[in-house]
Amino acid sequence: MSEKNKVGERLINGIIKENPTFVLTLGMCPTLAVTTSAINGLGMGLSTTVVLALSNLLISALRKVIPDKVRIPAFIVIIASFVTVTQLLLEGYLPSLYASLGIYIPLIVVNCIILGRAEAYASKNPVLPSLFDGIGMGLGFSLALTCIGAVRELLGAGQLFGRQVMPDSYVPFSIFIMAPGAFFVLAALTAIQNKIKIEGTKRGKDMSRIQSGCGGNCLSCEKAKDCSPEDEKKGRAE
Amino acid sequence: MWDQVRELLLLMAGSALVSNVVLSQFLGLCPFLGVSKKVETAAGMGTAVIFVITLASGVAGAIYRFLLVPLQIEYLQTIVFILVIAALVQFVEMFLKRYMKGLYEALGVYLPLITTNCAVLGVALTNVQKEYGIFTGMVNGFATAVGFTISIVILAGIREKMAYCDDVPQSFQGMPIVLVTAGLMAIAFCGFSGLL
Repeated sequence: MSEKNKVGERLINGIIKENPTFVLTLGMCPTLAVTTSAINGLGMGLSTTVVLALSNLLISALRKVIPDKVRIPAFIVIIASFVTVTQLLLEGYLPSLYASLGIYIPLIVVNCIILGRAEAYASKNPVLPSLFDGIGMGLGFSLALTCIGAVRELLGAGQLFGRQVMPDSYVPFSIFIMAPGAFFVLAALTAIQNKIKIEGTKRGKDMSRIQSGCGGNCLSCEKAKDCSPEDEKKGRAE
Repeated sequence: MWDQVRELLLLMAGSALVSNVVLSQFLGLCPFLGVSKKVETAAGMGTAVIFVITLASGVAGAIYRFLLVPLQIEYLQTIVFILVIAALVQFVEMFLKRYMKGLYEALGVYLPLITTNCAVLGVALTNVQKEYGIFTGMVNGFATAVGFTISIVILAGIREKMAYCDDVPQSFQGMPIVLVTAGLMAIAFCGFSGLL
């Protein structure tokens, strides 16, 4: 990875090659919860991007200061601080978005992607690439959330970014903007992932990059050794 | 007195069934999808979650009420809660290991998985947002966790049966079909919304 530490490469990596949602399937809670419309998805994505970029920046800058044993709690405190800052800013300047995202804003803290990037990238790399790694990952996440939100909004309400796009004769499947629709859209997404993976493997390509989530077993999750910081901490303490 | 009991029961039904933590709020999705292959493990996970969430909502509620509010630092709630939950899970694990061997053997494996279960933090934050007292908050936490257990056990039951059907399309095998199942369960749980 050392020769690849370039700004552009990091951005493309986050947006396309290792897109956190489409390729790695991480951070599913906010992905499902807030994508009832494209604008909500975009708002959540950008808030996460801000937190991701700033926490990557600070963690990378402090990487030689933070003792290895307490790094996970230290990362969590840094991330939680930036989440609080973002939350207060949103509450102050974009109250309507803040109201529609609600509890999912503070829950950015437990988003696997952020701690995953801190652990996998920012704690090992210089400041500038880490910052752009965060921005790239965040933009990839925003893109994915906006796309999923757009699909759900289009099918469920016949609208895009709040504007009517479907003809009046279109009867919206309102189920798609309700909770079950989120599961169906994600099912379709993971099915497409599977399809690409199967086709790729047939042609002899290495498709191990595509993961269908951490499978819930965060302990076995290699890409983002994050979901279980406590476990890590315990492992180190013993 | 009866009014209070009635209110608490309504709150419990609301948190456990109507706004089910997984199926309508999407919290705790990781363990919901990951630890639901067998009914037995799902029930174990559910029990551990009930235990931790009830305890965590009590402790977080108390810290908010007696520490953050008097010091007027309510805005630090996210940071404080996540640290409290992480420490609490560690502590519970050590306590069980030392004093309650049987329970530890049953729940031990699930405890580390729970720390980052966003449902725990979610409940603590919801309790503050809805201005529940410490006791009401604990009841809410307990009911939410029961809702989680109900849905994860049902999903595990369906998945056990589903292991025998081999006509699932190839690209839908694995996670996608589980998500479709979860979606259908979510539709079923929408039916509870007429309950309140």
